[in-house]
Amino acid sequence: MRAYFDHAATTPLDPEVADAMSRVLRDVYGNPSSIYSEGQTARALVDQAREDVARALGAAPNEIVFTSGGTEADNLALRGTLRARAAEGDGLVTTAIEHHAVLDTAHDLAHEGRARVTVVGVDKHGRVEPEAIERALDRRTVLVSVMHGNNEIGTLQPLARIGAIDREHGITFHSDAVQTVGALPLDVSRVPVDLVSVNAHKFYGPKGVGALYVRTGTRIATLQTGGGQEKGRRTGTENVAGIVGLGVALRIAAAKRAEESARQARLRDRLIEGVRGRIPGAVLTGHPSERLPNNASFCFPGTQGEALVVALDLAGFAVSSGSACTSGSTEPSHVLLALGLGREVAQGSLRLTLGRGTTEAEIDALLAALPPIVARLRAVSAVPV
Amino acid sequence: MRVYSDAAKEHFTNPRNVGTLSEPDGKGSDANPSCGDRTTITLRVSSGRVSEIAFRTFGCTAAIASASQVTELALGRPVDGAWALEPADVLNALGGLPPDKEACALMAVGALRAALLDARVRT
Ligand code: FES
Repeated sequence: MRAYFDHAATTPLDPEVADAMSRVLRDVYGNPSSIYSEGQTARALVDQAREDVARALGAAPNEIVFTSGGTEADNLALRGTLRARAAEGDGLVTTAIEHHAVLDTAHDLAHEGRARVTVVGVDKHGRVEPEAIERALDRRTVLVSVMHGNNEIGTLQPLARIGAIDREHGITFHSDAVQTVGALPLDVSRVPVDLVSVNAHKFYGPKGVGALYVRTGTRIATLQTGGGQEKGRRTGTENVAGIVGLGVALRIAAAKRAEESARQARLRDRLIEGVRGRIPGAVLTGHPSERLPNNASFCFPGTQGEALVVALDLAGFAVSSGSACTSGSTEPSHVLLALGLGREVAQGSLRLTLGRGTTEAEIDALLAALPPIVARLRAVSAVPV
Repeated sequence: MRVYSDAAKEHFTNPRNVGTLSEPDGKGSDANPSCGDRTTITLRVSSGRVSEIAFRTFGCTAAIASASQVTELALGRPVDGAWALEPADVLNALGGLPPDKEACALMAVGALRAALLDARVRT
C-alpha cells in the first residue's frame, strides 16, 4: 500500500482537469493574441479561466494575471511593487516564516540595494501580530508581504487586520495564499489585500501555472518585456492548457471546499490526537486551531527529519520534513527556528498534509506505522529524550 | 525517495549493535560539522580484538546505516585491522550511498577511530 501524505508539496491532477487540458492540448493550437478564429478560440478559453479564478477570489477578471506558478507570482508582487513605487519609498516588511519565494526575493532586493527589508517575528504558534507589523512600518514602507497559511506548520495569519493597517497607511499588501486558495475561502472583496499569489498544483491543477491577483489601482511594474500579454503585467504567449487547468481546478475546488475542508479537518484532528496519544514527547507545531484543515505537523525530539521521511517511505507513506536536506547536510527549517524551537528539536520535524484522497483507513494505518518508527530512531539516537 | 541501496536500507531499518556499552574500554564520538548530527561508539577489546561494540547515532538514514555497517565491520577484528577501516570500506560494504550523502559516512569511521584511540589509552 502507498498512502500520500504530502499534499502541501503538490496534489494529484483532478481527472476532470486533465480531460479539459488534454482537449486543449489536442485541439486548440491558436495563439490567443491572433485575431482570426483559431486564436479567438484560445482567447475565449483563457478568458473563461480568468473569470473562474476571479469568481473564486471575489475579484474582477481584469485583476487576474496568469503566471508560471506561485514563485513567479511572489517575485512579481515583490519586485514589481518595489519598482513601481520606488519614488515613494523602498521599505518592505515581511515575516520570518514566509516561503523562500518571498524571503529570498526580499533578501535579493535588499542585496541589490532596492529594498530595506524588515523581517517581523512570530509567536510560538507561528502567528504574526498585526501590531508587530504596524510597529515595523515607517514613512518609506511601500509593501507588506504576509502569507495566508504556512506551508510547513499550517498556521493561518490574521490577513484582514494586517490589511486594514496597511490600507490606512497607503501601503500595498501582498499575501502568498498558495496553501490556502482552494482550501479556505479568501474573498478579496472583504479582505483588504492588494496582491495574492495563487498556484494551481496545490489544488489539483497542473504544475507550472499560477496567478497573481492585482487589485485595481495597485501599482505594479512588469518584470519581463515583450509582446504585452496580460495587459503588459506578465508578457509572453499564454500557457493556454495550463491556464484552462487552473481555471477548472479552482472552480472544482471552490465547489468542494466547504465539505472537503471540514472532512479533512476531522481527519487531521484524528491524526493529531492519535499521534499525541501514542508518541511520548511529540510536539505539535503550528497553531492548535488557526491552521490549515489538512496540516498536521510535529517535531519528535530524538529523531532526524530525513530518517523519518525515509523510514516512512519504506513503510509505504509519502511524507515530508521541514528540514531541507541539501548537499549532505540537514538544515533545520527557518520556520521551525522562528517558533523558538531548538535546532535539535527542529531537526526531527515531520509534516503530514492530507488531501481529497485521504481516508480514515490511511490515517489509522499511519497511526499504526509511525510510533514504532519514532521509537526505533530514538533508540538509535545518541540524544537522551 | 533519494535512492539508497538495499544494503543501506536494510542497515537503516534493522541497525546492528545499537546501544551504549557500560564501562567500555573505549568510547568515541564524531559529528558531521555541516549538520551537527553525531555518532558515538563504545567498544571492548579482548585478546587484541574488538570483542564488543555498540553505536548510537543522531542523524540521517546514511549516518545510521554507515554506523551500523562500521560496527559490523569492526566487530571481531584485530584492533589494527579495525583502525585501518576507511570510509571507502563502509561505502563499499553498503553498496554505495547517494553522492550527497557520502559525507555522512565519515562520521561513523571518525567515531570508531576515536573509540579505538580511547581504548589504546585506557587498556
Ligand atoms: S545529514 Fe547529518 S549526518 Fe547525514
